[in-house]
Amino acid sequence: MSAVQVLTAVAQVLIVVAVLAATHRPLGDHVARVLSSPRHLRLERAGYRLMRVDPDADQRWSTYLLSLLGFSLASVLLLFGLARLQDRLPLDVGAPSMDPAGAWNVAVSFVTNTNWQWYSGETAAGHLLQMTGLTVQNFVSAAVGIAVMAALARGFARSGERGRVGNFWSDLVRSTVRVLLPLAVLAAIALIAGGVIQNLHAHTDVTTLTGGTQAALGGPVASQEAIKELGTNGGGFFNANSAHPFENPTPWTNVLEVVLLLLVPFALPRTFGVLVGDKRQGTAIAATMGGLWATSVALLTWAEMAGPGLVPQAAGGAMEGKEVRFGEAASALFAASTTGTSTGAVNAMHDSLTAPGGGAALVNMLLGEVAPGGVGSGVYGMVVLAIVAVFLAGLMVGRTPEYLGKKLARPEITLVALSVLTMPAVVLVGGALAITLPAGLAGIQEPGAHGLSEVMYALASAGNNNGSAFGGLSTGTPFYETLLGMAMLIGRFVPIALVLALAGRLASARRVPATAGTLPTHTPVFVGLLVTVTLVVVGLTFVPVLSLGPVVESLS
Amino acid sequence: MSTALASPPTTVRAQPMGSALSGRQLAAALPSALRGMSPRALWDSPVLFVVEVGAAFTTVLAVAEPSRFAWAITAWLWLTVLCATLAEAVAEGRGKAQAASLRATLRETTARRRSPGGETVQVPSSTLVVGDVVLVSAGETIPGDGDVVEGVASVDESAITGESAPVIRESGGDRSAVTGGTVVLSDEIVVRITAPAGQTFVDRMIALVEGSERQRTPNEVALNVLLTSLTIVFLLAVVTLQPFASYSGAAQSLVVLVALLVCLIPTTIGALLSAIGIAGMDRLVRRNVLAMSGRAVEAAGDVDVLLLDKTGTITFGNRQAAELLPAAGVDAAELADGAQLSSMADETPEGRSVLVLVKERFGLRERADGELVGAELVPFTARTRMSGVDLSDRRVRKGATSAVTTWVLTSGGVVGADVGATVDAISASGGTPLVVAEQRGQAPARVLGVIHLKDVVKDGMRERFDALRAMGIRTVMVTGDNPLTARAIAAEAGVDDVLAEATPEDKLALIRREQEGGRLVAMCGDGTNDAPALAQADVGVAMNTGTSAAKEAGNMVDLDSNPTKVIEVVEIGKQLLITRGALTTFSVANDVAKYFAILPAMFAVAIPQLSVLNVMRLHSPESAILSAVVFNALVIVGLLPLALRGVRYTPSSASALLRRNLLLYGLGGVIAPFVGIKLIDLLVTLVGII
Repeated sequence: MSAVQVLTAVAQVLIVVAVLAATHRPLGDHVARVLSSPRHLRLERAGYRLMRVDPDADQRWSTYLLSLLGFSLASVLLLFGLARLQDRLPLDVGAPSMDPAGAWNVAVSFVTNTNWQWYSGETAAGHLLQMTGLTVQNFVSAAVGIAVMAALARGFARSGERGRVGNFWSDLVRSTVRVLLPLAVLAAIALIAGGVIQNLHAHTDVTTLTGGTQAALGGPVASQEAIKELGTNGGGFFNANSAHPFENPTPWTNVLEVVLLLLVPFALPRTFGVLVGDKRQGTAIAATMGGLWATSVALLTWAEMAGPGLVPQAAGGAMEGKEVRFGEAASALFAASTTGTSTGAVNAMHDSLTAPGGGAALVNMLLGEVAPGGVGSGVYGMVVLAIVAVFLAGLMVGRTPEYLGKKLARPEITLVALSVLTMPAVVLVGGALAITLPAGLAGIQEPGAHGLSEVMYALASAGNNNGSAFGGLSTGTPFYETLLGMAMLIGRFVPIALVLALAGRLASARRVPATAGTLPTHTPVFVGLLVTVTLVVVGLTFVPVLSLGPVVESLS
Repeated sequence: MSTALASPPTTVRAQPMGSALSGRQLAAALPSALRGMSPRALWDSPVLFVVEVGAAFTTVLAVAEPSRFAWAITAWLWLTVLCATLAEAVAEGRGKAQAASLRATLRETTARRRSPGGETVQVPSSTLVVGDVVLVSAGETIPGDGDVVEGVASVDESAITGESAPVIRESGGDRSAVTGGTVVLSDEIVVRITAPAGQTFVDRMIALVEGSERQRTPNEVALNVLLTSLTIVFLLAVVTLQPFASYSGAAQSLVVLVALLVCLIPTTIGALLSAIGIAGMDRLVRRNVLAMSGRAVEAAGDVDVLLLDKTGTITFGNRQAAELLPAAGVDAAELADGAQLSSMADETPEGRSVLVLVKERFGLRERADGELVGAELVPFTARTRMSGVDLSDRRVRKGATSAVTTWVLTSGGVVGADVGATVDAISASGGTPLVVAEQRGQAPARVLGVIHLKDVVKDGMRERFDALRAMGIRTVMVTGDNPLTARAIAAEAGVDDVLAEATPEDKLALIRREQEGGRLVAMCGDGTNDAPALAQADVGVAMNTGTSAAKEAGNMVDLDSNPTKVIEVVEIGKQLLITRGALTTFSVANDVAKYFAILPAMFAVAIPQLSVLNVMRLHSPESAILSAVVFNALVIVGLLPLALRGVRYTPSSASALLRRNLLLYGLGGVIAPFVGIKLIDLLVTLVGII
């Protein structure tokens, strides 16, 4: 690799970091204001009347959870219906009706903010499904994440509130209308300016350089692309996702898209800090996320550019599966960011990442999507890990564990433990099933260690609501559609339910003032501890499996 | 340091502070440890239960397909369970000796019960019920817990407190409680029984030191939940590993999988958790503090506010001469001489302190009786409020300002303005001024100067309060003094806050206020009127000399009746929690090295690339796995002394503690097993077990 390549690699990381450094505070403060403002916009009032809900009711955590689940169930049914019936509805651009397993998978995938796509966007999803179904879910599934984070923050901030954690409907609507929508509009305009298409065209025949013809599909791409990244959704309009020139035409839009997918996840720790009344705590969470993300970017960039392995060595870089417009460094940055957030959009085929690079992407997801994680889910996931860290090491300051002014006793740690257990259970049991049953083995493209990595990647992606595909594994079968659908559902809603229950418990508890004897959770030492606990707890769970997959591949 | 800390060894703390485990201790605990291995007993501790199920499983496997390796692993898995139950048994065993000596005081005695009619009947002490009134004379054992309703007696309470000096028990007031099993040395008292036989203080003490009533504390329960969930995660990881391994062509023997599981789950902390809790209570007992529940010990670690009585805790409890301030034109030595002469007749502690001061500061030794010829001592009376001495040509007086002023003016003398100013300054600082004056021959009396009496703060209190502040604990001094005096002493002692002119109601209100702010409060008290506050406080240490109401209300009793002890209670609470946290961290950190030992051993045959993970260069796959299992068992025994003793604890801020302990037990926990497993591997290979 040349000096110019290295400089470019460093420069684009620096641009991303600079933008995030400038935006995370104002954006985080804005979200906090939105979530705690007593005012409703006229548009929002109309929405509440339409849904027949009271946006001012302070809900108990159980009511909050039921509202959330009810909303999500309705969304799944709506998407399922749209996917099944799209051939009979307008703007289908020739897309057929999806089979029940496929429709269920799509519905669950978009409602859980996963955006796992077993299908090719251009042939299987019509414009109506894309616009009124998938894009809408891209907004609201991200808003659900913000809502859960807000409820958890209120749990910490409140004292003796008998489990009341706010109002789901107002959190959902405001996060959508006042945060995601304006950001998406700005982002879409920027993307269009960068060359991303935005139209309602059906297939257009174009003559290629070699003189052949190709049917190129148009569509409302920029608008979907914006929220795809901003909401850490990742479901591409086209099968090639952000490697497709209509979605991501230039290196500049590539950097822009990386910024967009990190923008909200890195701003929300600030929001959390403001909401719990101690901004330093938000900074510590952001620092932990940032440390993990930076490590992963560095590792992936090194792996792809230095290219361990025979072929990359000979070629001077691991270019297989990469879009030549971007090169290895931009692909590595994108890969680290898309797996670190629960986005799952790709600008390169992760199946073709080098073995350590693919391993790093896999580990990013297995961390539980906290580096910096999905919109909202990254923060509450990290807070859950922080509670584990406080519990494991916090006793060493000579006080019973407490975090952000709340004592952590048996009920709290039970909820947290179950939440931490969920994802490994889903990934490990699901992976074991897939690697044992003939229906699962049938989908594996490559035998040996790489095949194991493919299966683990799929389960990790679904169980952590990432949605990126390693490729290689054929998942468009009823077995995988069902299995991965279950993984997405459990991986999303079980932790949400537990986190909301935790928020309720915390809201009921009395706040304990901090003293010099309190475990400081905003210091570099704690950040180091949190990073270590995240890596060790996850590492210890998945090391045996990883050692049979990516580790073996890396050592080969 | 309080004096009580240096008090003589007592029966309760008769056992040596076992920092090292003796073989005898282990042998004595063995029967109980073997009983503890029953699945029913282990059910409460899921980590150990999983180990036992694993051991049973490998036993079956070893029988079915015998191999040296399978039997070695099986043996060490059973040993792991034994090490764990042994840890708890050893911790419990240390209380057994104490319980035995206490039980001796519970022997059946005959009580002289006074019936309502007035006649006394001889009844066995075990038949006494609450409300019975008994007569106890010199030489008799008090048949049960109660309050003295008539009389006063000296009582030998050494059976409980270990303190050989007798104590006075009298009806009414705050010294009325007597404990069953203690012996009346002189006089006769009438006692009303307040606790039925079998539920007396000694009964409770026995239950506590034996640990038979031990319930898991809230934090222990919560930690157990986390350990259980870690166990489940590792169970999942190991159970699902086999399909992945089979796919990779490296299917494992079940013995190896069980070994992996046992090494990964947090056995170290799982095994030592109970021992840490028992040892924490034991450390309190060794300092002669009885905690009525483990919950209280944990709460002690969390305390935010410490209420301390001024008298006896912060100050020595009586005023002492602190300095001599001569009047204008008077030499300091002259004042010292006058102060000494005038104090010769003063037997009060204040008077003695004047003699001590002039001796220390001016080298004036005490004058022997008869040294002053013709001296006539004028003792202090409440009427004159002066003391002094009449010599042949000289009369010296010392006393309250108004009394001495009157005495001077009567003789025709004058009191200078500077004396008035000095007196005012001392009063303003919270001290008490004593004016010294003399009259030579028939000349008018003149003022020599002023003695400054003040409450003297015990040595080292300021440092202790600084240390408490560093730990984030606020100290509040409680005193009946006026606010001015109180603040002066508070400033000198370095406490954070004062509650002056405090009534029991004020105390209770203060505790409630602090608790409403989410803070935990600790206090000590002895009187009946302290009972509500003791009950309200999160940690209430009742003095053993106090009333039974106070002892009932508190959740700890200090047998030494030393009010400073509450500070130590807090430190012991913190040490308990730190020990628990340190061993948890150590236990989890150990897993990193175990992976490096076991994973390459498992897969290196089928997948040779993975042998690079064998960073310890262990001899063979079998020796590697066995070494990890052996290390896992031995580390329990190795850490048992630490669990019993508690980790070293120096009061400091939470940040400093976290940094230090993370380095020691976190990083240490990562490194130690690399060394340990390698050594065991060398040994195992050398001996040729594998």
